[in-house]
Amino acid sequence: MIPVWRDVLFWVCAVLAVVTGIAVFRVDSMARATFALLASFVFAAGTVMLLDLPYLGVLVILMMIMEMVVMAVFMIMYMMNPAGLMPMTMVHNPKGSLAIAVGTFVLLATGVLLVPWPSSQAPKPEDPTMQLGEALMGDKMLVMIVLGLALFATMVATVVLATHRGRYDRYGDRLERKRPQDPSRGGLGR
Amino acid sequence: MVEQTPWWGGLLLPLVLVVFALAAASFDSVLAAKAAGAPRDFARPLRSAAGLLVQQRRGTLAADSLLWRAGGVALLIAAVLASAATPLGDWVVGDMSVGVVWFNAMEVVAWAAVWLVGWGANSAFGLVAGYRFVAQGLAYELPHMFALITAAVGAGSLRIGDIVAAQDGLWFVVWMPVAFVVYLLSVLGMAFFRPFDQATGADAAGGVLAELSGVDRLVFVAGRWLLLVSGAAMAVPLFLGGGHGPLLPGWTWSLVKTAAVLALLVWAGRRFPTIRVDRLQEIAWMVLIPATLLQALFVSVVVVWG
Amino acid sequence: MSLQAFLLLASALFSVGLYGALSQQSIVMIMMGVELMVNAVIVGAAAFWFHTSPDRPDGQVIVLLAVTAMAIEMAVGFAVTTAIFRSRDVDMTDMAADLKG
Repeated sequence: MIPVWRDVLFWVCAVLAVVTGIAVFRVDSMARATFALLASFVFAAGTVMLLDLPYLGVLVILMMIMEMVVMAVFMIMYMMNPAGLMPMTMVHNPKGSLAIAVGTFVLLATGVLLVPWPSSQAPKPEDPTMQLGEALMGDKMLVMIVLGLALFATMVATVVLATHRGRYDRYGDRLERKRPQDPSRGGLGR
Repeated sequence: MVEQTPWWGGLLLPLVLVVFALAAASFDSVLAAKAAGAPRDFARPLRSAAGLLVQQRRGTLAADSLLWRAGGVALLIAAVLASAATPLGDWVVGDMSVGVVWFNAMEVVAWAAVWLVGWGANSAFGLVAGYRFVAQGLAYELPHMFALITAAVGAGSLRIGDIVAAQDGLWFVVWMPVAFVVYLLSVLGMAFFRPFDQATGADAAGGVLAELSGVDRLVFVAGRWLLLVSGAAMAVPLFLGGGHGPLLPGWTWSLVKTAAVLALLVWAGRRFPTIRVDRLQEIAWMVLIPATLLQALFVSVVVVWG
Repeated sequence: MSLQAFLLLASALFSVGLYGALSQQSIVMIMMGVELMVNAVIVGAAAFWFHTSPDRPDGQVIVLLAVTAMAIEMAVGFAVTTAIFRSRDVDMTDMAADLKG
């Protein structure tokens, strides 16, 4: 791609990512907030793809679509005004938060512009996806193992936290039932 | 070898997909007419599309029009983009190094699209159906991903061209039958096509389609057919050897195989009754996921030791 | 496409997320803010990989770590919200202030 186009694409994606990110906290409807956040992720993933990281960019898009749809379900489940039919605000200390946020941005931006960042002349890998895969299955294997364990622990913990029916509800007080008693039967007749 | 087409390949792609979608819809209406004992009606999809084009749009009270429309358009665009990495014989619109992941990401857009269409109408039936589709997504998506991964592992690459090249001698369907069958099931699921059509079920007054009318409905229904075509077309390079075949040129084989897979899917849709999402859930997690995991294990062992 | 431009984008995303996480009352909205902050980490890590050490995979691994952290954060967050909503019908942090300790 011509370098100029890469620059143009980057700035378009960057501005849209920030604008949709701000929109998350400005719109009334929960559904719109969720999908504004999704748009922000997709534009940010666009900039990642411009950095020759197609796998990670597409992966972020893939994961965020699924995550945001699940998020929308929970949002609407728990919010008192999901459709945003009546404008309302649910914030505390908005001015202080805004001041802190702007202050953080100014601080970070000053640092970004003032620090002499190193640059590398090292050759880019032919296939960054291969580089990542070989690292995860090689000398970064520990990261992969820890991630796997953490995800597994998350699954167990979330189910324990979220379910309201334990095995005594399903199998009886003495676990005497052969088949669990569930509100609805699954497709295997269990 | 698979090569990228010039830019106008991207313009031809939607045309090819639409032709396939029309043919599939036509076949579907012939099957329906046959089952009902009515005379064959090849042109029904075209007629109903034209009817929807001139139909006036109905609105609903306090609809979220932005999200409502966005859902339909997103489904249509994603269905076309999903095929960008699918080779037709030796040509491919976008020869991506992560083609498999790209396809996966584009078909996941259906989750958001169907839910948005269900939500936007501000109708109880639509919303219920939108939730049904999200639940269905949770059922079919993991087996679908494992099926995709199995093909990628078999070829040792995420590039669709490499996967096709790896099937020069032996089609993947021969030693990955489980992944192939699960893939076809998940294609029906992602396109919420019968028998996984609870999201548009008659028991919910048409579900997400309940309040859609006019052009909006045409866009959404077309997106659904295109998604089915995209899924069927991807089965060819993943499991059926892509353009490999005797005598005929590669692109003919791709077209023939895609048509065969599509016909099989449409026929299966007419043959089997709708399965409820809560039932599908248990089948998916207790049968399909373990089966695809074993299939992936088998393929990995063969790749490492073979 | 300079490193500075990417880091500016990351700072902006981080600050927007910080504002959301600080100002919102609903637990779900706070999680959205946190996700935006993690999104900034993704952009920053990818930019550092590209500009300072493309020959080493560390930057890419951090992106993968951030994506996983996001998934875990959301899953646990919703599980906690479900638990607290079920036990006392609360979905806002201010109503659960007695949980601090």
